[in-house]
Amino acid sequence: MTEPLSSVEETQVEHGEHADGGHASRGTYWLVAVILAIITLLEVAVFYVPAIRPVIVPTLLSLSAIKFALVVLFFMHLKYDKPVLTGVFLGGLVVATLIVLALMLLFGAIGPGSHNV
Amino acid sequence: MSADAHRTSFGVGHRKMAMWVFIASECMFFGSLIATYLAYEGRSQVGPTPQEILNIPLTSVSTFVLLMSSLSMVLALDAVQRDERGRAKIWTAGVVVLGGLFLAGQVYEFNHFHHQGLTLQTNLFGATFYVLTGFHGAHVTVGVIWMSTLLVLMFAGRRGPERALDVEVAGLYWHFVDVVWIVIFTLVYLIQ
Repeated sequence: MTEPLSSVEETQVEHGEHADGGHASRGTYWLVAVILAIITLLEVAVFYVPAIRPVIVPTLLSLSAIKFALVVLFFMHLKYDKPVLTGVFLGGLVVATLIVLALMLLFGAIGPGSHNV
Repeated sequence: MSADAHRTSFGVGHRKMAMWVFIASECMFFGSLIATYLAYEGRSQVGPTPQEILNIPLTSVSTFVLLMSSLSMVLALDAVQRDERGRAKIWTAGVVVLGGLFLAGQVYEFNHFHHQGLTLQTNLFGATFYVLTGFHGAHVTVGVIWMSTLLVLMFAGRRGPERALDVEVAGLYWHFVDVVWIVIFTLVYLIQ
């Protein structure tokens, strides 16, 4: 047996809201923000440390990917929302990544005969 | 109107789904701009080059400011959903202020680069850099205007928990602008 909705909940459902999934707690938001700030500090530190030069690209890309994922999962609530929204976003992201790779390949920035080696 | 009338067949609100589809299309838009920047990177015949001109400390601060604006945004939404109207106003005002600070940093950066001789016409770096970061800045500007509008509506008492979806959709846009900057900061500023 389902419990009756409060007036606020009823309005929220009517507007297509929280029935899609819960959200994180405030503590989680603050924790994510602290992690984001620390990763940004790490990125800048990596930029200035000569010893990391040989692996700077994969290191920075990995750190950036973590920040990207944290914002999308927690601040944009994809972790808690309907999976179809993740599918819509990932669809666009995959196409965008393919566009980047295709254009760089076409312009010779990557692949055989690369100008940026 | 019944609850079902507001939902797509996937069980998600129409406006929320529309915003995610828009965000997916924006991924492709910014993907094209980023690809163009990367494809032309290192091919400028004349300076200034990125190594000569980019200011990493300033941009790091701008990045931090934009990340904290995302925190402010998500806390504003949380406050609206809990019907904590005072906090909602404070955090939304925080988004407006931090977004404005980011834009001020970008205006300073563009002005400084212009004085250093880097314009849209100077070289390939100038053309691709200004188009990419300029379009991002335009998105931030739209976001600041949107958040300011929400703030005014909050002060008018017209954005309580019953209209939380308005804040959530605006927040999705704002966070997306933030994640685009995360990518730009790494690919344009740090990986030179």
